[in-house]
Amino acid sequence: MHEYSIVQNLISRVEEEARRHDAATVHRVRVRIGELSGVENDLLLSAWRIAREHSTCASAELTIIPVPIEWICSGCHQEIPVGEVLRCPDCQLPARLACGDEIHLDEIDLEVS
Amino acid sequence: MCETCGCGDPEIVPVEVAESLLRDNDRTANHNREHFLRDSLLAVNLMGSPGCGKTALLEATAQHLAGTWNIGAFSGDLATDNDARRLAAAGIQSHAITTGSACHLDARLVHRAMHETAWQNLDLLVVENVGNLVCPAIYDLGQQVNIVALAVTEGEDKPLKYPVMFREADLVVLTKVDLLPYLDVDVAAIEDALARTMPEPRMIRVSAKTGEGLDDWLGYLKKLRVATEAVAA
Repeated sequence: MHEYSIVQNLISRVEEEARRHDAATVHRVRVRIGELSGVENDLLLSAWRIAREHSTCASAELTIIPVPIEWICSGCHQEIPVGEVLRCPDCQLPARLACGDEIHLDEIDLEVS
Repeated sequence: MCETCGCGDPEIVPVEVAESLLRDNDRTANHNREHFLRDSLLAVNLMGSPGCGKTALLEATAQHLAGTWNIGAFSGDLATDNDARRLAAAGIQSHAITTGSACHLDARLVHRAMHETAWQNLDLLVVENVGNLVCPAIYDLGQQVNIVALAVTEGEDKPLKYPVMFREADLVVLTKVDLLPYLDVDVAAIEDALARTMPEPRMIRVSAKTGEGLDDWLGYLKKLRVATEAVAA
């Protein structure tokens, strides 16, 4: 379960920002997770609830924004639907993933007293 | 204190980060890649299910390239160094990376293995990843190519069930093809599944047991090695 290692990275990155901004607590953490990233959102949440204990994130919410998969033609940029052959029916060029593989930390809400 | 109204509540300060959570891994992977290129070494990340024939493929590769290429391997497993010992017996300079409970190798583990072994004089370094079709795909190790071994016994729809892994593959090696006469497996269905998961599908059929297809596989590696040397120069 690599979600736990990802959450550990996430918490240390968030703690780094909290220290930099002199924040004692973290209110919310927002991540973007692509549907083709290999990360299971439910597992990520469970891992978050376990790993955040005894950290600055102990009471912080994790908001996960799921990013749908979008394949496009690398030439004409028309969309190639998920599940279809990944080659443009018009240009015969291979498809390119426009989005859907993100494992991104977007924003942190820090509580500064 | 909340400056807006002076209520005494803490102030919420939004901080935009906008970066990949794999940033540190990717940085280490790029560092590994620089080392490999500096020594014009072809580094391959070999992935696939447990039992799909990764080790047997490497044993056959070593047998055919004996005396011409120096081959090394880092073998990742949760426990035991059985694969590393099999590879050593086949003439491969092998090193076991025991991950404990981790389901994948990451760039840091590979970097550590690079410090523990003499790999600079190798022509080919294969990182034999932990047998798993999910987690290893996410972690860049610094390799030039990702290769996924898929055994004919695994079912035609494996690529559709594990699209994350197959999307990352530069090549799929279809292993154990000597078993095809005994199975109801349609290779065209596997190729179709790959065309729906890999933008540039490429598959080589191999039997490590009979040697079928090994020429194609070795030809692929030799071509990559030439390309690596060109980049390094």
